[in-house]
Amino acid sequence: MYKLLLCLRYLRTRWIALASIVSVTLGVATLIVVNSVMDGFTIQMQERMHGILSDLVLETRSTMGIAQPQWYEERIRARLGDTVEGVTTIVTLPAMLTFQHNGNSHTQQINLIGIDQKTYASVSDFSKYLLHPENRQQLSFLLKDTGYAPEREQLQPAGWEYRKPMARYRKATVDVLREQAEREQQRYQELQQKIKEQNLEDGTDTPSPAADSGLESIMAGPSMKLENKAQIKPFDAEVEQRTGIVLGIGIGSVRGRDIDNQVQDFFFLRPGDDVQVTFPNAGTPPRGIDESFTIVDFYESKMSEYDSTFAFVPIEKLQHSRGMINPQTGIGAVTSIQIKLKKGMDLNAARDALRDEFPPSHELVEVRSWRDTQGPLLAAVQMETTILNILLFMIIAVAGFGILATFFMIVVEKTRDIGVLKSLGASSRGIATIFLGYGVLLGSVGSGVGLICGLLFVWKINDIAKIIEWITGREVFDPTVYYFDSIPTMIQPFMLVWVTLGSIAIAILASVLPSIRAARMHPVEALRYE
Amino acid sequence: MSNSTTTIKPHFDLAKRAASYRVVHPEDPAPAPTLRVHPDSARDLIYACGLTKSYRRHKTSVPVLKGVDFAAERGKITAIIGQSGSGKSTLLHLLGTLDRPDSGEIHFAGQRIDSLPVRQRDRFRNEQLGMIFQFYHLLPELTVLENVLAPAMISKGVFSYWRNLRPIQASAKKWIDLVGLGHRMNHRPCELSGGEMQRTAIARALINDPSILLADEPTGNLDQETGASILRLLQSLNRDHGLTIVMVTHDESVAQSCDSIVRLTGGKVERLPTLGIAANSGTN
Ligand SMILES: Nc1ncnc2c1ncn2[C@@H]1O[C@H](COP(=O)(O)OP(=O)(O)OP(=O)(O)O)[C@@H](O)[C@H]1O
Ligand SMILES: [Mg+2]
Repeated sequence: MYKLLLCLRYLRTRWIALASIVSVTLGVATLIVVNSVMDGFTIQMQERMHGILSDLVLETRSTMGIAQPQWYEERIRARLGDTVEGVTTIVTLPAMLTFQHNGNSHTQQINLIGIDQKTYASVSDFSKYLLHPENRQQLSFLLKDTGYAPEREQLQPAGWEYRKPMARYRKATVDVLREQAEREQQRYQELQQKIKEQNLEDGTDTPSPAADSGLESIMAGPSMKLENKAQIKPFDAEVEQRTGIVLGIGIGSVRGRDIDNQVQDFFFLRPGDDVQVTFPNAGTPPRGIDESFTIVDFYESKMSEYDSTFAFVPIEKLQHSRGMINPQTGIGAVTSIQIKLKKGMDLNAARDALRDEFPPSHELVEVRSWRDTQGPLLAAVQMETTILNILLFMIIAVAGFGILATFFMIVVEKTRDIGVLKSLGASSRGIATIFLGYGVLLGSVGSGVGLICGLLFVWKINDIAKIIEWITGREVFDPTVYYFDSIPTMIQPFMLVWVTLGSIAIAILASVLPSIRAARMHPVEALRYE
Repeated sequence: MSNSTTTIKPHFDLAKRAASYRVVHPEDPAPAPTLRVHPDSARDLIYACGLTKSYRRHKTSVPVLKGVDFAAERGKITAIIGQSGSGKSTLLHLLGTLDRPDSGEIHFAGQRIDSLPVRQRDRFRNEQLGMIFQFYHLLPELTVLENVLAPAMISKGVFSYWRNLRPIQASAKKWIDLVGLGHRMNHRPCELSGGEMQRTAIARALINDPSILLADEPTGNLDQETGASILRLLQSLNRDHGLTIVMVTHDESVAQSCDSIVRLTGGKVERLPTLGIAANSGTN
């Protein structure tokens, strides 16, 4: 009983010892904050990766692709049974995107993905990342009138409301050019006429035919071409669109700061613009095919790697252009089959089952889970977290030595009391218990306070970042770098328990030696101690 | 001081007394553990024979006690006197089992206590022994009441303590009232005067109803007046509760008021008769 009473009394009267616990507290709080932020980053990243990647992918490297996707799909469904949530087929290709901006031509490398717009959304969170609200419900590769993320001022106008005036403007420009050319020609002919007449008057009737025809063809060139094109392909950009393409938002915009230092996206492409995509056909050797597409939406997963390379088009278009459709059966080949499992299903088991079903030695397909695909990155992040944890725990251990020193001093200070307690019949074990209990209490209080501080910090981390920004005038969390609007955090209860217990354990360990010393103290010498 | 004489038995002749206690010669070479006291466990509550104790410092050994015989009669006040550094405190610590003698035996109520295992010695101190010190040695974090309760808390676990909270607190209050600190129950030691602290220490020493009280210069740090009142308190405890008291003191007059006096000189003991009183009738 006296142990408890004395522990509590020491705790109450010796607040100074809490100063040593503060180091543990800070350590604990830091650990919690770091872990929460790291977990937040990791989980957000995983979520995004997973959102884009389906659970399992059945992939082939052959240029012709998987010729009978239907057959594979049936076998997959038969093998995995009702754990399958959705299956879709896609064609992925390396490709090159070309677009005009400010009169310059720009080229960029992209991953062209042909998707089945009906089923693709069932295997990934793809549609969640589209800008147009209707496309989020059900993707269509048709350009919408307007309504692309109205909250983004920089993106407006977009859609038909942007395409129509642009087309009209271009047409007008072309008309002006044509008129100009016609006028030039007329003037030239008039001039020729005049020269002829003059020559007739002069009597020298020898115009240079070579110079004449050359000049004529040059001058006539543009207008001829324009007329021809108009006759052959009456594509009217004002009312028609090319095949739709959904571009990663990083392809069509850059994130930067405006004059007021506000983070802004600058769109140099917007829904309604046309782009050229060059991709290989299915022949051997492959040849480049050139196709025009109309941007119908942007895709923003906030994974910059994906956002700056992915471009989605209808699968039929790719199969058709590349010649992947079997002329006899009319079945289009695909390069991979993506599978989504029902929630809570064992990813690795399903993958192994499929590997068993399609052994790599027999089939030309490879089965991977999304974790396999992103394995190295996830492992790197995991590694980073582990190292940080070790370092921070070392800091707490250092704090533990601080506690050790403080405890020794308290024991020395309490020497006479220890002697008195022994003279009153307290056992050595009882004395040790007092100081151990004191350590436990201090550790608990310290890590409890640390826990609360850490949680508060995590809870208000974005506000705190703002305050720090305000004080230092420097950006703590640069949204142009991270593609996150705010610092993501994720608090795992298991981590909290682990961290708290760990730091209490350190406090206890630090109090063991002083406790033993207190217990070993000779009562007589303790009583004589001044 | 004279009121204690009421409990004193009739006189003995000096010759008998001289026979029972051999005067120790300081020049005695060997502190042989011969029994110079003839202890009687019925008469002597605590007795020791042939106690030696030396402190070792840097290989040189400082002998403090060189064969001390000691006995304290039941229900009597025994004074230990001697020069400073003569080993009075050391002897008291040995009697209180706070330390172990290098050789010799200590018996309490017929049982040898110096060789008991540590835990039993702890128990013995807690249950049979009360100790008070020159510098009171109260626990500064606790109030008067809690200080007095401390030995009771030590003897009981949390649960049995809570179960018996009422009787324990009642007896603590009884002792505190008895030492005259009823109005100071919830004060901290630092708020008390020296005399009040010593009274608290006495109450604490008595809470577990011990049969013997060891006091190391209980009045040494107090003024004449206060010291006298503390002494009267001890005497009344001795008289009313039959408490056996062993008291180290420097004060000759204090010693003279006790039932018997033991003088330590040169690590040996001489028992001196007090005025009109003495140890019991000797050799039996
Ligand atoms: N731990 C120790 N180490 C060495 N010598 C010690 C130790 N404790 C006590 N002594 C010595 O033992 C002797 C007896 O000490 P003790 O305290 O018993 O004397 P005392 O009679 O109580 O003196 P006082 O009247 O001043 O209290 C002293 O000479 C002291 O120096
Ligand atoms: Mg002393």
